[in-house]
Amino acid sequence: MENLLEVQHLVKYFPISAGGFFRRRYKSCQAVDDISFTVPKGSCFGLAGESGSGKSTLAKLLLLLEQATRGSILFEGRDVRHFRSRSDLLWYRSRLQTVFQDAGSSLSPRMRIQDIVSEPLEVHNQKQLSLSQIHARAEEVLHDVGLGANILTRYPHELSGGQKQRVAIARAIILEPAMVILDEPVSALDVSVRAQILNLLADLQEKHNLTYLIIAHDLAVLQQITTRIAVMYLGQIVEIGNTPAVFSQPTHPYTQALLAAMPVPDPRHIKRVSALSGEIGNPIDPPPGCRFHPRCPQAGAECKTRLPVLYEVSPGHEVACSLTEAGQWKS
Amino acid sequence: MNNPDKPLLSVENLKTYFYTNAGIVKAVDGVSFYVRPGEALGLAGESGCGKSITCHSILRLLPKPAGRIVSGKILFEGVDLVTQPESRMRQWRGKEISMILQDPLMALNPVYTIGNQVAESFQLDKVARKSLQQKVIDVLKSVKIPSVEERLNTYPFQFSGGMRQRTCAAIAISRYPKLLIADEPTTSLDVTIQDQFIKLLKEIQQRHHMALILVTHDLGLVAESCDRVAIMYAGRIVETGSVLRVFENPAHPYTRALMQAIPRLGQKNKRLFQIEGEPPNPANLPPGCYFHPRCHQAMEHCKQEYPPEIPIQGDGYAACWRYHKEEA
Repeated sequence: MENLLEVQHLVKYFPISAGGFFRRRYKSCQAVDDISFTVPKGSCFGLAGESGSGKSTLAKLLLLLEQATRGSILFEGRDVRHFRSRSDLLWYRSRLQTVFQDAGSSLSPRMRIQDIVSEPLEVHNQKQLSLSQIHARAEEVLHDVGLGANILTRYPHELSGGQKQRVAIARAIILEPAMVILDEPVSALDVSVRAQILNLLADLQEKHNLTYLIIAHDLAVLQQITTRIAVMYLGQIVEIGNTPAVFSQPTHPYTQALLAAMPVPDPRHIKRVSALSGEIGNPIDPPPGCRFHPRCPQAGAECKTRLPVLYEVSPGHEVACSLTEAGQWKS
Repeated sequence: MNNPDKPLLSVENLKTYFYTNAGIVKAVDGVSFYVRPGEALGLAGESGCGKSITCHSILRLLPKPAGRIVSGKILFEGVDLVTQPESRMRQWRGKEISMILQDPLMALNPVYTIGNQVAESFQLDKVARKSLQQKVIDVLKSVKIPSVEERLNTYPFQFSGGMRQRTCAAIAISRYPKLLIADEPTTSLDVTIQDQFIKLLKEIQQRHHMALILVTHDLGLVAESCDRVAIMYAGRIVETGSVLRVFENPAHPYTRALMQAIPRLGQKNKRLFQIEGEPPNPANLPPGCYFHPRCHQAMEHCKQEYPPEIPIQGDGYAACWRYHKEEA
């Protein structure tokens, strides 16, 4: 399968003032540290991890809302990281769209739903559509996401959480992008509405041949819709693989702990692994060696000083932990 | 009072309405349940179903003047809290019944140190100043705050989310209440931190033989940590029973649909089961059973009259007309 998105050694350090004369001493917050992955066309790639693991920063880097420090982002074969000209950016943003975490605050409270959904098409009007044609298209897309024409002239505050999320999805797909980045698409929704949105996303993907990159902390949600998944910890990928492989054979101790920490809606279920102790580290001063070692139940002496690298445990399934059989250290 | 079967708290036909410009909002509309000493009850439901308002009603912490308890009884050890004057309520709040709120950053005062805020509850009990600091340190240690002594003089913003919530738990348990109400205590926490917190909560509950009401929208948490569960929908309890019975044999169509709609680890279905529509607006409820517009098994009668509570397998009840038919 052809790769739509290729991320290579992507790094983002945020400078943090550490005092000094004229505050010239800097530390860096290592939000995203050397991340590489590829997303094939038509697939759904999931990013999992706790808050502070760098998932959302990674999404912002891909959307060019933040400038990466190093590394490259190839989208449809073009290196987009250094895009500066208006025409390049217009092209990129018509191909890559996003749905933000909180649909309520990403919709302007002063715009009608019709205008919110039409706006991308007004900006990227390559086919020179008239305003009435644009509005007709907006209605069509709203119908695709399961909303009726009665909603067109309403304002966001009149809608429920699920409806707002549908509007945000409609706005993202009206340009018929190749890829949509979804940051926690269902975490703010109720259980009964969550299933509707997940099914809708699957339908839209099939209908419009979309590629998704989904960020979620809920592993059950990711298991439901992704084809490949990466687990992040403190800015680094600790495990990456096809979804069934990662869920059936979680290999990194962090992935295992995340899976074990998920509450299971079955009263007879008995937890296998004990809970992780401690909290996620500080990306300004990440622990030396393996970044997970202070919380790792299996950490040995070497984990504290040497950094493990990603290696394949089975085809397409990579893990960054040196304690497993084929584990390797960064030389 | 020592009879273990006698409920510690029993809520009878509680109705809490909000009088707004847009009309009367029936946030809680006839809720009855009980909690026995040392027992954990899960109060589960979607947002807007009235689970938080039920808990705020118990402690009489409703926003005034809009929110009012219209009728019903809240019997705590036989005393009806609804009729108590405001000044007397202070004897129960924190001492007998205490609460952990959803957002710890909102619950803690940003301009007082952690030590100060935890000490406040002991000062109400007139603890001598000498032993005060030691008590604060002990209770913070019991919720596993690391290096407590150095942290007494820090402020809430210097704590992580998990530590803030544990501080709130420390304040809530500091006077060993008989009933602890936790209102969505882990929604702002990560899964691994949530797991730690729930374990801690259960540990504290069992050590001090406290009764616990855990309010949550996460059925997984209920299954993990509660003995009994009450499922709420649009201001009423639609089903209640032991956790084992309700999870393995859900009777009410809403409970069943909820169980099917949760994505579960280890099972990947092509499509998730979905409940059509959205929860109703409590200001504008449908006639008859509130769930009937979304119910696959709705009958003609469901549209006319709210169903009675029908016992299920001698373990709790479900408010559904379908079971009424079967019995007759």
